[in-house]
Amino acid sequence: MSGWTRLEGLAAPLPANDIDTDVIFPARYLLLLEKQGLGRYLFHGHRFGRDGSPLADFVLNRPPYDRARFLVAGANFGCGSSREHAVWALADFGIGCVIARGFGEIFAANCARNGVLALRLEDDAHAHAMAAARAGETFAVDLAARTLACGDILVPFDIDTRVRRALMQGLDEIGFTEADDMTDIARFEDQRKDRLPWLFQDIVP
Amino acid sequence: MGGSTLYDKVWAGHVVKRDDDGSCLLYVDRHLVQEVSSPQAFAGLIARGRRVRRPEAHLAVADHAVPTSGRDRPLPDGLAARQVARLEENAARFGIPYIPLRDARHGIVHVIGPERGFTLPGITLVCGDSHTCTHGAFGAIAFGIGSSECEMVLATQCLRQMPQRRMRVLLHGRPGPGVAVKDLVLALIARIGVGGAVGHAVEFAGAAVAAMSMDARMTLCNMTIEAGARIGMIAPDDTTFAYLEGRPMAPRGALWERALDHWRGLPSDPGAVFDREVSLDAGTLAPYVTWGTTPEEAAPVTAHIPDPAAEPDPDRRARMRRSLAYMDLRPGTALQDVAIDRVFIGSCTNGRLEDLRAAAAVVAGRHVDSRVQAMVVPGSAAVRAAAEAEGLDRVFRDAGFAWREAGCSMCVAMNDDRLAPGERCASTSNRNFEGRQGAGGRTHLMSPAMAAAASLTGHLTDVRELAR
Repeated sequence: MSGWTRLEGLAAPLPANDIDTDVIFPARYLLLLEKQGLGRYLFHGHRFGRDGSPLADFVLNRPPYDRARFLVAGANFGCGSSREHAVWALADFGIGCVIARGFGEIFAANCARNGVLALRLEDDAHAHAMAAARAGETFAVDLAARTLACGDILVPFDIDTRVRRALMQGLDEIGFTEADDMTDIARFEDQRKDRLPWLFQDIVP
Repeated sequence: MGGSTLYDKVWAGHVVKRDDDGSCLLYVDRHLVQEVSSPQAFAGLIARGRRVRRPEAHLAVADHAVPTSGRDRPLPDGLAARQVARLEENAARFGIPYIPLRDARHGIVHVIGPERGFTLPGITLVCGDSHTCTHGAFGAIAFGIGSSECEMVLATQCLRQMPQRRMRVLLHGRPGPGVAVKDLVLALIARIGVGGAVGHAVEFAGAAVAAMSMDARMTLCNMTIEAGARIGMIAPDDTTFAYLEGRPMAPRGALWERALDHWRGLPSDPGAVFDREVSLDAGTLAPYVTWGTTPEEAAPVTAHIPDPAAEPDPDRRARMRRSLAYMDLRPGTALQDVAIDRVFIGSCTNGRLEDLRAAAAVVAGRHVDSRVQAMVVPGSAAVRAAAEAEGLDRVFRDAGFAWREAGCSMCVAMNDDRLAPGERCASTSNRNFEGRQGAGGRTHLMSPAMAAAASLTGHLTDVRELAR
């Protein structure tokens, strides 16, 4: 996956709290084996009626928000199920940054591994972003500068160093670990085998 | 001064490397693999020619998508059949132990891990499933991860993690008759909220926890994720050891004694400091049921549906309005006046033998209301067999329940077990999210005894009031 430094576009307002990953990506589509092309199932129960026709009042169906690159939600976005499909679907739809007052932890970890910025803003900064999203202002996030511009306001933000690097460089976490850490892992494993041998018995479940 | 918590001790024992930013490369002892979250992880390994570092540290089983009746192969749902077949292929290709669908050891990952002794105190255990916190009941650091993290664990047996803040939940007192661990945990979530424990590893302690069986402790830890914490733990004690002794993958003989020595050192030190403490008196609680679409929207069954107009916080008020609209409920209605169409007893939360015993004790000699369709889905084939040995299947069948084979079933509705739009279900599962049990379906979470009571009357019912 390639990294990115700057992302610009419209932000769709989705003001509710506690939007869970079942709502973001309903379980009936979890039977698919791929991670590509899942954008069509994003918020499926809210975007489409029972007959499959788009519901005009859902924000992501309403131009210009159907082209949104940002989502501004309330607190605890992405709580619940660990399904990474929720992030794959957001990314495939074109959302590169979700702004919320807080995130489900597994969801946030999944975002960092798929080039999606889960940006936590609080209080005034969050309220401003929500207002700017509703007003249809253009958002721009700059990972190098650690700033979010929404309309004419510039909001500085904190971000975990490792997450920022992963987003900017699109790192292959496994490759990186294989290159740097395998000797340490092997040594740790040997010591563990001596100390806690019952964890290394070859027994049938 | 100070002292370490259970979480600190288990964490410290798994740090391979610590970075300047505080993040650690954490060793993962065990990984449960299921059919839904693993295909993309295995595909990633295959695409880059990577191998699984320690195949024997993983255990694969299909639980989410599998039917709970009609299991002759091929499975009737083509997509589910393809997903189960893919898990079998991947397990065979990488040499990972796999438990087939028609096997006495089959069941939900979070039920069979403990049953097989795959889950042990003091280990780190992960799975691409948020309810992995269940295994914390044994004093393990166990948490749910995404598919990319599964791939990382398969390839390196490690994950990069930041340490969590520590939170202790003290449960005092003794629950009254008809009040179960599910009621305690729903009351807790109603109090602290679905985001109330985000960022924390929770340790459950106190007299009520010490008195709990392992089945009850697993229910408690299972629901930790519904308060926002990925990790819920309980210090291992003699109850834990008695459960584990003799399990197929538990240590034996001299190794068992060595393991016991190690496990007895794990509980939090007396002076251990927690970043946050919450306490709850189990003795004052009534049975709880949820009325909304998040697990925090729960109330004693004796209560009425709350009025959003009385909620001062605008975000919460909006959330309540949305929940009530979805649930088709009106403020002020007595919870016990809410009629139900379906009953589901099962899941990784409440699909164990004690759960089935509690429900069977309520329905014994009675019959399910004529308007209600009810089912029991045991958490594993072993739970099913043990229940049958006690005659529980007869009790349920005689009462009008369907008696099914093990799986996640109507907790996640990936198979045919699902609600039709508008149907309302009394459910022992863990999530009352919109559409969780089927698009347009409405879920009320409760304990097995409470779900059993609702099946008999056709409406939400205080199990304490059912005349014997």
